[in-house]
Order: sequence, then C-alpha cells, then structure tokens
Amino acid sequence: METARSLTENLKKRRINKNEMRVEFDAVSENESFARVAVAAFVTPLNPTLEEIADIKTAVSEAVTNAIIHGYDREELIQEEKEAKVVMHCKLSEDVLSVEITDEGRGIDNIEQAMEPLFTTKPEMDRSGMGFAFMEAFMDDLEVISQPGVGTTVLMKKKLGTMSWIRQEE
Amino acid sequence: MEEDFKVIDNYLMVKMPEEVDHHKSQQISKTADKYIVTEGVGNVVFDFEDTKFMDSSGIGIILGRYKKISYFGGKVFAINADSRVKRTLMICGLHKVIEIME
Ligand SMILES: Nc1ncnc2c1ncn2[C@@H]1O[C@H](COP(=O)(O)OP(=O)(O)OP(=O)(O)O)[C@@H](O)[C@H]1O
Ligand SMILES: [Mg+2]
Repeated sequence: METARSLTENLKKRRINKNEMRVEFDAVSENESFARVAVAAFVTPLNPTLEEIADIKTAVSEAVTNAIIHGYDREELIQEEKEAKVVMHCKLSEDVLSVEITDEGRGIDNIEQAMEPLFTTKPEMDRSGMGFAFMEAFMDDLEVISQPGVGTTVLMKKKLGTMSWIRQEE
Repeated sequence: MEEDFKVIDNYLMVKMPEEVDHHKSQQISKTADKYIVTEGVGNVVFDFEDTKFMDSSGIGIILGRYKKISYFGGKVFAINADSRVKRTLMICGLHKVIEIME
C-alpha cells in the first residue's frame, strides 16, 4: 500500500519528460556508426539498460543501412550527381523513444514481402534479409511507410528505463 | 585489416572488428573470399573476442562464407562471442548451420 501511494505521488510530482532531435546526414556507410552513437547518447537521460541500448543501436543500424544500400543506388547517384540524404528523427516522450528514419530513395514495392524474414533483393551483396526481423525483435513497435519512387520511412518505438526516473528523484 | 586474417592448417581465422556493420562487412567478406578461393582454405573461424556490436551485416558475412565452403564439406565456427552476439546469431537460427563455441 505504502509503496503504491508513494509511487503515484512521484508520478504526479515528476516533470514531463520530453525531448526531440533531428539529424540529416549523407547516405554513406561511414554514417551508420554515427547514427548509432547519436541515438544512444539521446536516450541516456532515461537510464536505459545496456541491453536496451544494444537493442536500439541494432534497430537503428538496420534502418539506416537499408536506407543507404536499398533506398539509394550508388551508381545512379554518381552518374546523375545527385545528393542522397538520410534523416533520423528521434523523440522522447515520457519513457518511450520513437525513432523515424527516412530516405527519399526508390521506395519499396511490396512492404509485406520486404518484411518477411530472409527476403532480400540484394543476395549478391551478402544481405541476409534479416534487417526488418531484427527491428521487430528489438523494438516494441515497427511501422513501414513507403512509396515507390518517393521514399521510405521506418518508424520504431521502444519503451525503456521503466521506473528509473523515480529512483533518481528520490 | 590483413593482420586480422590468419591461416592455420586448413582453417582461416578471422578476427572480427569491434563493430560489425555494413561499413565494415564488405571488406571482411572480400578478404575472406580471397583466402577461401586463392589459398583454398576449407574451414572458417570467426573470432568475436573484440566485438561489441553486430547487426545483420554480420549474419551476411557468416552465411555468405558458409555457402561457399559448405559446398566442399567445410565448416564455419564462431568463437568468443558475448551473449549479445550469440543472441543475434541464434535469432537467425545460425546455430543450426555453424558451430558456436566458447
Ligand atoms: N529504405 C529502403 N528502400 C528501399 N527498399 C528497402 C528499404 N529497406 C528495405 N528495403 C527492401 O526490403 C528488403 C528487406 O530488408 P531487410 O533489411 O529485412 O533485409 P536486407 O537489407 O535485404 O538484408 P539484411 O538486412 O539482413 O542485410 C530489402 O532487400 C529491400 O529490397
Ligand atoms: Mg537490411
């Protein structure tokens, strides 16, 4: 009873936790590790566990890598001297992290098929078709919005660091 | 890079980097294939001692080499993987085709 009451008290007292970050970077493989480090730093105020950080880094790595290798066609970019960018938009609201990864690349023709484990359109590049399966396994929520010729947005959510902010406040 | 590859008897030992991602994976696969094809090494051992991060690119490296050498009866091993890397391998069912050892 007592703990339940102090818990609700703390819930009322605490400030609303909100934060937002948006980064845009070139669609090159060097930026995969940058995206992972940036999202990991962004969530630190929530005191996530090492396991949670690893989950988020893997999921972000998958989505950013997909944007770089599937969204954009390297040779076409060089030929047409086009720029290719990836946007990572992160939001913290209470104890939920949302990450949106967007490219303006070729888009996905059949999203359902693309999300099936082991499905890949680039087997010759040693891709295994496990990217979406990992995003699904390591995050709580996954949504893919895509239009051929327009681009792709992957939206992921994860609830984390449950209760750690209560301990902090005490 | 080259110092991360060693041939001992019929085994190619590959020391995996701290972060196994798409950026690193292409070069690893390419170099490993050079040994498999030109030196005709039969088995591959991936050493994850230094690895703290791995995404599906690592799965691609392993499966790609597995496809090449298993055709000739070769085997693939993963050694010194931490619990995280092991979990990533198991989610894909890789423990059914390669040997994961301590
Ligand atoms: N941003 C994107 N733009 C265009 N196509 C995409 C995008 N993301 C994914 N796809 C398509 O969906 C397929 C499945 O993606 P998934 O990440 O699951 O596997 P993969 O990238 O092919 O292999 P892995 O991730 O295991 O290396 C890709 O092969 C590709 O055809
Ligand atoms: Mg992928």
